[in-house]
Amino acid sequence: MSLYYVQKLIYNLNRDPKLVVRFKKNMEVVLAEYTLTDEELDAIRKPNIGLLYVLGVNGQLLMHYAALREYEWDDYIQAMKDGLSEYGEVRAGLYSRTGGGAL
Amino acid sequence: MSLVFAGVCSHAPGITGRAERADNTIREELHANYDKMRQAIEDAGAEALVVVAAEHFANFFMDNMPAFCMGMADFYEGPIEDEEWLKIKRRRVPGNAGLSERLIKKIMQDVDVAYAQEWKFDHGIMVPLHFLTPRYDLDIVPVNINCQGPPLTPLHRAWAFGKALRLACDAASERIAIVGTGGISHWPATPDSGKINEEWDREFLDRFIANDREALISYSDEETYRDGGQGGFEIRTFISIAAACEGCKGELWYYAPIPIYAVGCTVAVISLH
Repeated sequence: MSLYYVQKLIYNLNRDPKLVVRFKKNMEVVLAEYTLTDEELDAIRKPNIGLLYVLGVNGQLLMHYAALREYEWDDYIQAMKDGLSEYGEVRAGLYSRTGGGAL
Repeated sequence: MSLVFAGVCSHAPGITGRAERADNTIREELHANYDKMRQAIEDAGAEALVVVAAEHFANFFMDNMPAFCMGMADFYEGPIEDEEWLKIKRRRVPGNAGLSERLIKKIMQDVDVAYAQEWKFDHGIMVPLHFLTPRYDLDIVPVNINCQGPPLTPLHRAWAFGKALRLACDAASERIAIVGTGGISHWPATPDSGKINEEWDREFLDRFIANDREALISYSDEETYRDGGQGGFEIRTFISIAAACEGCKGELWYYAPIPIYAVGCTVAVISLH
């Protein structure tokens, strides 16, 4: 698991419109620049917002990636709930160290 | 004394981005209180506004996360988020590098603060500015306290920063307003988005209004997460404002839990007299 780099990719996408253009044009080239596991890569590509949440991506980053991938707000919230149902509690990051998952 | 106004308010992106999804009456009351704060800042003759915020990985990330950072530029830009998502148009926001430098040099005598000559404001600053300086004609000095990426800034250090900020403001020739923006309880951008612990919020606000240092800094992060969610970590911004006004009492202008905005929306001030 390389949560740091998943979040770093999303952080960079949020800050850099040129990176967004590159990401949309050729996602694989951008993804190759980050140290990511196969599970993380699949979750980013699909995108599997629920799995990204369970992997530990902070919602303050994830909501923007979801918006970039054209999720409406309610669909974003539901995707995280679905992720918890399918994959279990949050595995890493802020939400796991302080209790994890839905309260 | 050059500190002329002190207050706190909420900054959730839903306040502008999902504005229409709240009840009309509630939304109008919230907007009226933001506008009351805008008027109070203008009436105080403020020449600059220090916004003590809790940004959300727009400029600061775990590759180099400062406990405190202040902007030191003649202009900033924001919002970093999609304009349509936040419903705030991207623009250049005026700063004052000279004032920032003087404040930072003074604060550094007491608290180690990083500085930044570039800063892309996220909703944590842009939502308050949307209401408080709608003409974007007031110099902004942004401050960030790490409320997002653990290890978080300790509460007693947020208090120390607020005291140092006050000393710095008092040493400046400009008339300065300070506004803290954050929490109180909320679980933003998570499956629990919309959950609000009104009882916890009101207890915190009682401590803020009383300006009770010991009570304000007594929360552990574990308690805050349990009762106030990860958004509750942003109480650091309110605490720094209370510290800047140590000895003075607050006044709650508005509080209402608004689930679609994912936060208990708050507008409060501290009397400087």
